[in-house]
Amino acid sequence: MLNFTPAAGAGSGAGGGSGAGGGNRARAVPGRTIRVRVKRCEGPGKASRWEVFAVKAEAGSNVISVLQQIASNPVTVEGERTTPVVWDSGCLEEVCGACTMVINGRVRQSCSCLIDEYAPGEGDEITLEPMSKFPVVRDLWVDRSRLFHNLSRVKAWVPIDGTYNLGPGPRETPAQQETRYALSECMSCGCCLEACPQFTLEEDPKAWGTSFIGAHAISQARLFNEHATGRALKGERLEALMGPGGVSDCGNAQNCVKVCPKHIPLTESIAAIGRAVTIHAVARWFRG
Amino acid sequence: MSHRVIVVGGGLAGLAASVRIAEAGVPVDLFSLVPVKRSHSVCAQGGINACNEVARQQGYSEYEHFDETIYGGDYLADQHPVLEMANWAPRIIDLLDRMGVPFNRTSEGYRDLRLFGGSLFKRTHFAGATTGQQLIYALDEQARRYEAEGKITKYEYWEFLGPVFADDAGGGRRCVGVVGQDLRTMQVRAFRGDAVVMATGGNGLVFGKSTNSIICTGAAAARCFKAGVAYGNPEMIQVHPTAIPGADKLRLMSESARGEGGRVWVPRTKNDARRASEIPEAERFYFLEEKYPAYGNIVPRDIATREIFDICVNQGLGVGGGNSVYLDLTHKDPEYLTRKLGGILDIYEKFVGVDPRREPMQIFPAVHYSMGGLHTTFVKGRYNPGEPLSKHVSGSAPPLGSEVGLGMSYGDPGNMVTNVAGLYAFGEVNFAYHGANRLGANALLSCIFDGLFCGLSVVNYMKNGAPSKTPHGQVGASVYESARSAEQSKYEALLGAASRGEADEKTNPYVIHRELGAEMTAACTVVKSEGRLRECLSRIGDFKERMARVRVPDAAGWSNQSLCFARAVGDMLSVAEAVCLGSIERKESRGAHYRTDFPERDDANFMKTTVARWDATGQRVTVEFAPVDGSLVRPTARTYGKKEAGAGQPKPAMSGV
Repeated sequence: MLNFTPAAGAGSGAGGGSGAGGGNRARAVPGRTIRVRVKRCEGPGKASRWEVFAVKAEAGSNVISVLQQIASNPVTVEGERTTPVVWDSGCLEEVCGACTMVINGRVRQSCSCLIDEYAPGEGDEITLEPMSKFPVVRDLWVDRSRLFHNLSRVKAWVPIDGTYNLGPGPRETPAQQETRYALSECMSCGCCLEACPQFTLEEDPKAWGTSFIGAHAISQARLFNEHATGRALKGERLEALMGPGGVSDCGNAQNCVKVCPKHIPLTESIAAIGRAVTIHAVARWFRG
Repeated sequence: MSHRVIVVGGGLAGLAASVRIAEAGVPVDLFSLVPVKRSHSVCAQGGINACNEVARQQGYSEYEHFDETIYGGDYLADQHPVLEMANWAPRIIDLLDRMGVPFNRTSEGYRDLRLFGGSLFKRTHFAGATTGQQLIYALDEQARRYEAEGKITKYEYWEFLGPVFADDAGGGRRCVGVVGQDLRTMQVRAFRGDAVVMATGGNGLVFGKSTNSIICTGAAAARCFKAGVAYGNPEMIQVHPTAIPGADKLRLMSESARGEGGRVWVPRTKNDARRASEIPEAERFYFLEEKYPAYGNIVPRDIATREIFDICVNQGLGVGGGNSVYLDLTHKDPEYLTRKLGGILDIYEKFVGVDPRREPMQIFPAVHYSMGGLHTTFVKGRYNPGEPLSKHVSGSAPPLGSEVGLGMSYGDPGNMVTNVAGLYAFGEVNFAYHGANRLGANALLSCIFDGLFCGLSVVNYMKNGAPSKTPHGQVGASVYESARSAEQSKYEALLGAASRGEADEKTNPYVIHRELGAEMTAACTVVKSEGRLRECLSRIGDFKERMARVRVPDAAGWSNQSLCFARAVGDMLSVAEAVCLGSIERKESRGAHYRTDFPERDDANFMKTTVARWDATGQRVTVEFAPVDGSLVRPTARTYGKKEAGAGQPKPAMSGV
């Protein structure tokens, strides 16, 4: 079941589901021409517009290769010459997080988005939009600085004494490693933020400190609280997550965990941090 | 006047350098094309090598790791730096462990280990199947910590356009900054620094599609090269035999698919249009099994690479007439496959959309790693045996310990610096450590080692070298302004050409890049010969001429990616020429460099570093050869592929997952 309707605005990606299963691959018509509908914007403050391109689907093509094809000959279906589409990309293996965008209304990485799944038939259309929760730089490229800023808010690091040779780190059980590894696979792509109703566009960096921090940063706080040395900053992390924009701003929509490409247990992290914040607050109250 | 260091590139090498230098109290300006956490280091899967306590008690040592690396690199690497790197490896693992890298664990909670190519001991540490990602995250986190303290300033989405050089009191030149461009606003700006560390990675895009990230153009190194920095061993390009051809890039397929019984074949008939399952057994050409009855499909990597390449490129027998062959596992039980190879089969299914348990995979060799890079020097450490020793006997007692400073002199400003004072090269962009072929799981190590060990060299250069007398603040403003305005003019010229009508096939940068990649892959990778290389050199000349007339398809003065891409393609041509000329001049076969007209290694004439230079007057590359430091271990024939013929399990000669 394909959903070709772009869902605009908050919460895009949640619930809609690409639903693109393996079945579509088999039905993909070789040599077909597909339509690629791209939301374009020349820069901050400029109005958006739609452009549609007809692209011949190559074997094994994905959204990246389609955008590359368009770049080498940027002509719309109306026959008008335009500019190559601007977008962010890196590894093309779904480990760097760069090429995240909203495809057919659902946020995901474009490198792992196969044309055979999304546009299997002659004339099928695929819709590309920038993420809506971050300021657009140009076309599909958005500025996700706030996402990284929020990692600083929760001190997402282990406070080591320096790079000197001080022997190994703390031992941990395979179970502990598995828990931390799953959390540590977060590639800061921002899918969880795009899908979150509580995380909204905020262009002013001065407001970032009090706006909802997002599932990714809450989960990273948990990751470092789970580490024997990282735990030293647990109190500071929880303080950061207690105030405005902290964990209590989560509306429990649970969209984050549905769209996470790495299947990180984000709602578990939110629940764990929520409990830890409560305990921390009570303990602080008793300490006076 | 306080000192500052500029680090260009935020992968493992750049981050390790930034952290080490900031820790020493020197502010760092860190430039990166992308948010540093998204650098190409994330793609490394396999692991990171280091001697460890278990292996040590089985007879392994840092010295054996050193010996394996030299042998694997076919005796082209300078030996002292490799010794120091191997000696430091266990310290690096400990540090990463302290930073919180989730290394896989044994039941007792110690770091788990896996076997990797080029060693008889388990000496590879790993974190799931995404070790590179986990390592860079750990360093990214430490860099963020220093950023929060104001010690590191990041310039993300900035492109390095060139180094800034000033005349030195001693009559030479030294590096005093960089010119960069903001990829959003397109502002061109000069930055002052007392030293510059290039940590800009590899150059996979010179070959069109590769296993590299889209940002690995090699343009940053090319810009240093064209400014007068020497380039070492450009012709040493590692090709991985089994990658998944994609319309956008080539993704690795682990060698274990062949290890588990995968059969490599093509249809006997050219351009056979039938699906694989419709082609009867008798009409399939199992070329590895036919040519190498003893090894079959598990020939060493370099042989597999050459044979697959020959079938497709020379014989035109690739699937559908294209560049791919079948890697077939469909004769195996699907449940067995899932149990043994689940992870890698899922990657294939995710990106190709085909279940390899039901349909044969299509694979082809792919450019993977550049052993060559900016040419750097080093200062020998305390260990100098007088006569090189013979090859280390695996498992025997090492001739020396692993104290700091035996291989390289710790903290000496002369470590991993280019021929321009103050301009350092760390990580893949540095030509050192891997010789003619890199061993698997040694890349992550060399990147972090450069950053940590040689970071101190940078600090000491500032304290005691030219910047101590003339810090960057005292360098004349005109030096920076002329460098900036030169880049501004280049930018404006490209932008001006954009508004002069449409590009045709000859002047379209994307078309030129595609043709360059195809040409470089065909002539300068797996199989090389004088005639074909000369033809390639002449084609590069054509590309240069076309680039001079290039038409950027976008005239915007804001976030103009096409312009940046076109500029990178123009600069990549100089590296392409160095790769090609180095391949022509090295008239032997060694490691990844295989010449059909000179199939043997020739130590007498070519156990030497290729040093390429840019001749600015003639606008061309020149090549000469410099001696290799072979003072620690004597070369022997690199035969481990052949030796294990009887054992049936050849040790991979080319490792790089």
